[in-house]
Amino acid sequence: MSRLKSAASNVGAGRAFWIVGAILFAGVPLLNSLPADSFFHVSDFTLNLLGKFFAFAILALGIDLIWGYTGVLSLGHGVFFGLGAYAMGMHLMLGIGTEGVYGNALPDFMVWNQVKELPWFWKPFYSLTFSLAAILLVPMAAAAIFGYFVFRSRIRGVYFSIITQALALVAWLVFNRNETNLGGTNGLTDFKHIQGYSLNEPSTQLVMYMVTILFLGLAYVLCRWITQSRAGRVLIAIRDCEQRVFFSGYSPANYKLFVFVISAGLAGLAGALYVPQVGIITPNQIGVLPSIEMVIWVAVGGRGTLSGAIIGAAGVNFMRSTLTNHFPELWPFFLGGLFIAVVMFFPKGIVGLLRKASVMLPSRQSKVENAATTD
Amino acid sequence: MNDSISIPKDIAGERKVIGSRHQRSIIYLDNVTVDFDGFKALNQLNLIVDYHELRVVIGPNGAGKSTLLDVISGKVQPASGRVVFGQATDLIGLRENQIAALGIGRKFQTPSVYTTLPVWDNLDLSLRRKNKGFVATLLSKLNTEESDKIALTLETIGLTKKTQVLAGQLSHGEKQWLEIGMVLLQDPELLLIDEPVAGMTEQETEKTGELLKSLTDKHSLIVIEHDMEFVRQIAKTVTVLHEGTVLCEGFVENIQNDPRVIEIYLGRQKETDAPV
Repeated sequence: MSRLKSAASNVGAGRAFWIVGAILFAGVPLLNSLPADSFFHVSDFTLNLLGKFFAFAILALGIDLIWGYTGVLSLGHGVFFGLGAYAMGMHLMLGIGTEGVYGNALPDFMVWNQVKELPWFWKPFYSLTFSLAAILLVPMAAAAIFGYFVFRSRIRGVYFSIITQALALVAWLVFNRNETNLGGTNGLTDFKHIQGYSLNEPSTQLVMYMVTILFLGLAYVLCRWITQSRAGRVLIAIRDCEQRVFFSGYSPANYKLFVFVISAGLAGLAGALYVPQVGIITPNQIGVLPSIEMVIWVAVGGRGTLSGAIIGAAGVNFMRSTLTNHFPELWPFFLGGLFIAVVMFFPKGIVGLLRKASVMLPSRQSKVENAATTD
Repeated sequence: MNDSISIPKDIAGERKVIGSRHQRSIIYLDNVTVDFDGFKALNQLNLIVDYHELRVVIGPNGAGKSTLLDVISGKVQPASGRVVFGQATDLIGLRENQIAALGIGRKFQTPSVYTTLPVWDNLDLSLRRKNKGFVATLLSKLNTEESDKIALTLETIGLTKKTQVLAGQLSHGEKQWLEIGMVLLQDPELLLIDEPVAGMTEQETEKTGELLKSLTDKHSLIVIEHDMEFVRQIAKTVTVLHEGTVLCEGFVENIQNDPRVIEIYLGRQKETDAPV
């Protein structure tokens, strides 16, 4: 009977997926096309913000896989986000050509730093195909190498978290150096166009938004496929009792590595979608603090549920935009308070709260039914 | 070369064939020493368990009982000695999951089940499968043969009515049975069971005893236990460990009357029980 129930909930989830997907993919752009004085009009600015939020949501899905499902807390996902973002940024940077301030084919910051020749690792990024591949493959390769050694050595729990945090700090330091030739503290910015389309045009931003939603949908389908499979149940089993997983003949290290790499790929994809919509990427967006904030999104939304990751990422960033507009100095306190509140009062996040609320009534009914049948 | 156990390819490559004097033993520990920074948890221990035998291992705290299971299941690597499984499989140097795949299942002292998964999924994940890698598991589907096996095991451990209950919501005894069921589904030739009845009610203890005895049809078992009444219920042969070596071995009745055992094991209890 509960099999039927879960099948029914699958159908429900499928329907919700298409409805929400249609609203985000077609509905929001439609509202954007309404006349500006209409009550329902969604401004270009808001659309752009939404695009950023949902790019973050892709990253949150990845964090949810590794943390929410597998129980491995990574405090270094900003690095993988950054690798994808910088890969995209480098491509856009080279696309500026001689339109920069100095009229030089080199990016402006290189002229400023008196770099005479384009460094070797920049050269392949002229190619769009290479850049798109790098967006996924560079963060995934980094995660694979890092994860291989860490998981093989059976580093777990808080020790894993600390090491990933150190990784974020190292990345921040490296990207900050002018000698790294990635724009130093100022990062990469002043992008002009993507494939010939001006990034300042609302229509380009609209397409970027729709592409983001499309990839969010694909990322969701991928994550759902994994979590609904037997492998997904192994991930939960690792979270519940890793020792038993070992003795049941699985290698938890391999599972963690796979999920860590997938999750890094999603983070890289998110970074690449973020850059053209926000127009800048700096080391401060990939370091220790943003990495921790990313985890908070998932915690607030509800870890271990995919919808929770999306709701958390979009919700927290929406609050951030609103609050920092009106009370910029309050934001850190609010974020900290939110995290404490989640840990203490609703550990299953927003989605957990919603589920509890929706279960309240029917469960009372079924209890009555049970009592009736047992009597 | 294939005997009754099917060995995954990657492990078969590492399998060292070595001679064993005891052709009929399921597990054979030869002069095994485990050294924890100078403390010898096992000290030149020798142990032989035959096929279809239920061997109970007793001994005071710190005698090395759990370390013995750790060595067999690959959690601890001995400093010296040999551990031979079946006819000629050297277990030294293999990882836990590889040893599990060879056919040695382990039941932990505290219930180790997947608390947020239903009973059914707990058993399903434990089922012996050819390939337990990430991709193979991602693509695998449950077939009828597998679901029949799970249903049969559910019957054996008496949890047929709780298939969809989350394992975390089971009672202590039910969790222990579930874990035994999980180990059984690995199709192990040898089961290692650490204090199965600790914390169980009298009724649950008796039921567990019957369950373990019924398993000797198809499996060999090594059971660690403190509860002497339970030991009498299930055991024929008992091995007494003391300070990392075998003190003596024999029928329950003889062991209980052995003066050495009384001194180190029962005697110690008397001391602590003695009125001050």
